[in-house]
Amino acid sequence: MNRRASFLLALLAVTLISLPAFANNYFLSLATFFLLFAYTGQAWNIMMGFAGQLSLGHALYLGVGAYTAGALYFHYGLSPWIGVWLAIVACIALGAFMGALAFRCDISGVYFTLLTIAFAEFARIGFDHFAWVGGSAGLFLKVAQQNHIDWLNLRGPPAMYYYVVLILAALAFAASAWLLRQRPGFYWQAIRENEEAARSLGIDSFRWKIFAVITSAAMTAVAGVFLAFYYNNLFPEQIFSINRSVEMILGPVIGGLGTLFGPLVGAALMIVATEGATELVDALGWNIPGVKQLIYGVILFAVIVYLPHGVWPSIARKLKLER
Amino acid sequence: MPVDLVSLTNVVISGVLTGLVYGLMALGLSVIFGVARVVNFAHGEIMTLAMYAAVILFSVYELNPFLAVLPIAATFFALGYGLQRLIVNPFVTRPDHAQFILLLAIAIILTNAQLMLFGPDARSVRLDSLLESIELGPLLIDRGKLYAALVAVGTAAALFAFFRFTRGGTAIRACADNWLGAKVVGLNVHQLYAVAFGLGTVCVAVAGCMMILLIDLTPAIGPGYTLLAFVIVIVGGLGSMNGALLGGILIGVSEALAGLFIVPSAKSMFSFALLILVLLVRPRGLFGGDR
Repeated sequence: MNRRASFLLALLAVTLISLPAFANNYFLSLATFFLLFAYTGQAWNIMMGFAGQLSLGHALYLGVGAYTAGALYFHYGLSPWIGVWLAIVACIALGAFMGALAFRCDISGVYFTLLTIAFAEFARIGFDHFAWVGGSAGLFLKVAQQNHIDWLNLRGPPAMYYYVVLILAALAFAASAWLLRQRPGFYWQAIRENEEAARSLGIDSFRWKIFAVITSAAMTAVAGVFLAFYYNNLFPEQIFSINRSVEMILGPVIGGLGTLFGPLVGAALMIVATEGATELVDALGWNIPGVKQLIYGVILFAVIVYLPHGVWPSIARKLKLER
Repeated sequence: MPVDLVSLTNVVISGVLTGLVYGLMALGLSVIFGVARVVNFAHGEIMTLAMYAAVILFSVYELNPFLAVLPIAATFFALGYGLQRLIVNPFVTRPDHAQFILLLAIAIILTNAQLMLFGPDARSVRLDSLLESIELGPLLIDRGKLYAALVAVGTAAALFAFFRFTRGGTAIRACADNWLGAKVVGLNVHQLYAVAFGLGTVCVAVAGCMMILLIDLTPAIGPGYTLLAFVIVIVGGLGSMNGALLGGILIGVSEALAGLFIVPSAKSMFSFALLILVLLVRPRGLFGGDR
């Protein structure tokens, strides 16, 4: 990262930190979603962008994380600050289980991707029939009081949620930047580029692929806990839906796979494009469902056809942000 | 739950008949993968598109789906051919994940374009002539399912014959077996890939015309059928044509039985469990050869 890039990053940080001072609630909720997408994108990017394992079932970790902390809070009043650790442990266990099965049995490429979808779908239908967490009728947390902040139970005004997700996104960015320069980052990229060559150099690819899966799963679990306390309601149909998994991959794919800024840029682009289009559609008086998703699809299509490395690398080149 | 033999047999027959239509749908996916090496994540969405075509032809021109299947199949051949030629072909040399994401994008566009055009309401085609069941002693066979299964079997048989007995079919098999070798002997590989993609699309379109007689159609069912098609071809062996049909029957029967013995809404859980099991134990599928 050169001086110019550091300056832009600092500018972005200042803007984001001061945002609640001048933004209204609607804008703040958009910014919250932007940061949430940036965060989950960063998490997914570790597995696919760094280690080259394409998951289309990340809704699994989002949902299991959300349900673990949400249900414990609902039934026992357990603080999300404890629940989040249990959610992380649950998702690490799940990720390690799926990863170990897949990598031991040499499941790779499209088979691996389908396995991730199958696990997520399996969980979706399972939670639909899991009465303790409300089944398909959903789980409802007590709705927060809007004005005073209850940190212990993560209840408070929109600005509180905004800062929580801002800290998460910043931590995820820093963690990814750090990991990329450390041993795991180099091993992952070696495995991504050529697994056989990496193994012949003595890299235990099984171990490092599992490590990528559980890192990604643990990070996604935290996003799930955040979603549970932000929305206050959980439905298996929504949180485990394949649309969720797809939403998580959009940011990094559009922004640029395997890059640090890709998930950020992609998430921003998605929010801007879909909000702009929604405004336009409302102004024109068409009120049809599906517009937002259609735009996701069109952007994804355009990027994958015309900008195979994502938007970020060409922006970085234009603005001379590279080293 | 006590289940007597007659109703069990009825359920199994109904599962086999539905399974044959599933099998034809999966056969399309298998042909597209086996020859063009394209993992068609938009398969279910293409099927719902064919189903909407059948609904429109029925409601506007009163064309029975058994006749509408002909123009729809021809249109979808062109659609699949064009899709491969114009959009998917440049991705042959790109990494696998780029191709998955491309087809995922096409799937998202198709689902939501259908949602915007046709709305979220359920559509179906019910023919009065199919309402009466056929009675075979104590057994009852649903007429719609029987005819749908016959059309599926006929289409699959025609496809098998094409691959076995015609020069074009042999050329396509040559491409699938050895891409470079096919090129060396002077076959136009890209053209043949596109033909294979077109044929796969015909299979799924015919399956769609039959499915409209069996289930209610909404734009949201597309992704579920994409997954179902993948489950079937993986259980049967990705790229194996017999495997796709047998896998379809297996999934059709197991879904029907799951609906009888456990909660109907949990029936696809069984398919996913089967998928995970097959992937782990026999990744090339139950009927797939060793590659």
